[in-house]
Amino acid sequence: MAVENRRLGAAMFLPAVAYIVLLIGAPFVLAVMYAFSDARIGTVGFHFVGLENFRSILQSPSFRAALRNSVVFTIGAQVIVIVCSTILSIALEKPFRGRGFVRFLILLPWVVPISLGAIGWKWILDSIYSVITWVLVWLHIFKPYNAPMWLGEPHLAMASVILVHSWRLIPFSTVIMLAGLTAIPKDIPEAAAIDGAGFWRKLFQIDVPMMLPIISVAVLFGTIFTFTDMTVVYILTAGGPFDSTQVLPSLAFATGIQGSDLAAGAAISLFLVPVLALIAYFMLRAAYRAEVA
Amino acid sequence: MAVVEARNLTKVFKQGELGAVNNVNLETREGEFLVLLGPSGSGKTTLLRMIAGLETPTSGEIRIGGEVVNHLTPRERGIAMVFQSYALYPHLSVYENIAFPLKAQKVPREQHRQKVEWAASLLGINNLLQRKPRQLSGGERQRVALARAIVREPRVFLLDEPLSNLDAKLRASAREELEDFHERIKTTTIYVTHDQVEAMALGDRVVVLHQGIVRQVGTPEEVYDQPADTFVATFLGSPPMNLLELPDIIVGFRPESLVPEGVIPGAGQVKFRFRVNYVEYLGAERVLYGSLDGSGIESKEIASRLSWTMPTGYKAGGVYDFAVAQLDLRFFDRKTEKRTDPRPYPWR
Repeated sequence: MAVENRRLGAAMFLPAVAYIVLLIGAPFVLAVMYAFSDARIGTVGFHFVGLENFRSILQSPSFRAALRNSVVFTIGAQVIVIVCSTILSIALEKPFRGRGFVRFLILLPWVVPISLGAIGWKWILDSIYSVITWVLVWLHIFKPYNAPMWLGEPHLAMASVILVHSWRLIPFSTVIMLAGLTAIPKDIPEAAAIDGAGFWRKLFQIDVPMMLPIISVAVLFGTIFTFTDMTVVYILTAGGPFDSTQVLPSLAFATGIQGSDLAAGAAISLFLVPVLALIAYFMLRAAYRAEVA
Repeated sequence: MAVVEARNLTKVFKQGELGAVNNVNLETREGEFLVLLGPSGSGKTTLLRMIAGLETPTSGEIRIGGEVVNHLTPRERGIAMVFQSYALYPHLSVYENIAFPLKAQKVPREQHRQKVEWAASLLGINNLLQRKPRQLSGGERQRVALARAIVREPRVFLLDEPLSNLDAKLRASAREELEDFHERIKTTTIYVTHDQVEAMALGDRVVVLHQGIVRQVGTPEEVYDQPADTFVATFLGSPPMNLLELPDIIVGFRPESLVPEGVIPGAGQVKFRFRVNYVEYLGAERVLYGSLDGSGIESKEIASRLSWTMPTGYKAGGVYDFAVAQLDLRFFDRKTEKRTDPRPYPWR
């Protein structure tokens, strides 16, 4: 019985192990190997070259630009996501008629496949067919001939990818925070109301501080999802114009796959690992502190 | 300090269902310690929460200091409340917890320290000011909650079962402290509890609630001695009042009134044959449980409470001559279950 159970357990467990080993473990080991080699697409065999790849990418201006863009992209998106999802979670916590439906609507961007969503946004932000531009022109805010090119001007393009990425992450973050909010005992906000706290004081001195542990979890996940994601950038701008929205994952893809330089691509993507590990460490520590404080 | 009034106050949570609070009329006196007593689900907490402004009445009026406050938010009502869980802000130190109402009420910053220290010293927690709530014991948390409530000198104090999270020993001393504390600050206090001992010990007056209806308002002596109906009679006292349901009337007497026959001096007593089924020894007193032989209601369990000064030697299985003084009998109408005028004992 016990042996049978153990076998069954192993059998049930195997798919997950296989999935992780084959699709995450193996590519990761490969990436580490490539990063220290001179591997290129189309050649057989490769030589280890030590830290040469890292030295060269650090000297490349496009890498430094991508690193800077990644930081701007991540921080920008996270600020928007956290502010919006905090507001949404507080608004959606109180019961009201149709709350279930509103929650469902807000969750939609997370459920829609990202490529579909991003293509939708590509149309919305298109230089010719953009509905936003059309409305702004109709309101006489812009003339048709000098309307903004949402994806065609460096700053606007960065703002656009940040906004679209935020649009995608807000539901996820909101759900995490809603879960955290329900864990706050209801009598604490009530005590604050009786003690005389108005809306803002209650929000900033009671609700948000008590939500901090859960906010930091949301930030941690959001940061990792943003830092490692290239879908939105790749579909909307492909890193353009003039590399102004090129982030590390999209640069790694462009260099390693499209540019055939596997070794450099691997080095670029590996560059993220220690950074993310550090962020995760500090976030989890902050969450732990807030929890026990 | 102010008087709190409830006029025809009703709260119905779900339409068509019985109200949690039904047409309650109440008035505190200046500086009074008023206890709302009732079993769970009796509406006492809902009533308190409506006074606090945390719950909107379905109908009726609440007045504080003569002013109708139905439309006012909790912060505008000038009240302070201590919650059953204490509801301390876990991320703030004790000092910041106590100072929070001052900040929220925009009391000038330079007065904060002095006021916090005043409140803390009143409750003897000056040495805890730098701690976080999780570093405090239950009794200390309760004092912090009280300090946070008094710091801005509210007109009315609302306390929602503040002792129920303490262990029995601590509860007794905390009760004394509360009494002492009210004696010093003399603020009108409304106190919710399901514990009759707390209610009797603390209350200037006790309001007994049942199913959202006020059953009786009176001093602890009145509600214990002159219960308005059978509910009050059986809710107060442990063991509760013995009730004999006779054909035309209900007769009640307290277990401590049922004593061995020789103990009651003189005439004016009603005699019973008391069959003892078991004896509970409680140190200072013994409780005998049994039935009344030859009463026609033998199945009904009857209790007698004998203090340690009374004769001993009663054993399970024995039948003894017991009696109740005529003056200690209470009579209740069979239909309404309300107390009626005393009359001669109707049987035998």
